[in-house]
Amino acid sequence: MSAETILFFVLAAAALGGAVNLIAQTHPIHSALSLIVVMVALAGIYLLLGAELLAAVQIIVYAGAIMVLFVFTIMLLNAGAEERTAISRAATWLGLPFAVILTVVLGWSISLSQAPTYAGPGVAMARASGQLSQLLFTSYMFPFELTSILILVAILGAVVLAKRDF
Amino acid sequence: MIPTSHYLVVSLLLFTTGVIGVLTRRNVIIVLMSIELILNAVNINLVAFSQHLASLDGQIFAIFVITDAAAEAAVGLGIIIAFFRNRQTLLADEMDLLRW
Repeated sequence: MSAETILFFVLAAAALGGAVNLIAQTHPIHSALSLIVVMVALAGIYLLLGAELLAAVQIIVYAGAIMVLFVFTIMLLNAGAEERTAISRAATWLGLPFAVILTVVLGWSISLSQAPTYAGPGVAMARASGQLSQLLFTSYMFPFELTSILILVAILGAVVLAKRDF
Repeated sequence: MIPTSHYLVVSLLLFTTGVIGVLTRRNVIIVLMSIELILNAVNINLVAFSQHLASLDGQIFAIFVITDAAAEAAVGLGIIIAFFRNRQTLLADEMDLLRW
């Protein structure tokens, strides 16, 4: 087993362990901390995939900005541990079986896929970021500018929602 | 070299964990975090296929997904704060104003 493979399994285990811990914890702050573990592990997985810009963005935006927002909200609302209630009948009889069926079907289709199993040559890491930004500011210029409007609307919406007394 | 299918399996398991979190948890903040988990699972797929096909388009899409996730988290948490002001609760069960 190469070092790369071992690293992949360690990161995957960290991500999945964090994810399971996220939905198992009753206190929101514990869930938020597990989510940070997931984000950092995923940044490592992106590095393994040669997406170093995305790994940096994952750390800065997700583990940095979004998680700070979550933790702030949890502290601000003084959210305590959630008392366990029985989940609804619809979730028990429809939701969970369908979640299991979805997993099985997707896993089955992944195992069936005829594509070559090994990842392709990929893009050389040193040039990838430059090419990425070139693509972003040429072919994807319009969607990129649209996201700035999206962010602006989101900022305004968040400020208005949190400020006014409805 | 790690097979692409390994990444897809990790993504699948993260996605399912997120779906189960959305379905079973009552605290809306944790539900929102489970949604972030689902978006991250999608991102792994996009980046894995970007590598598989030796094309950078997948990574561009992943960047857009991250942007959307940030906007969604900001608005979602704003809604939660506004709701908490009115009802003093974070439980999804109590959010039944529109229930018939």
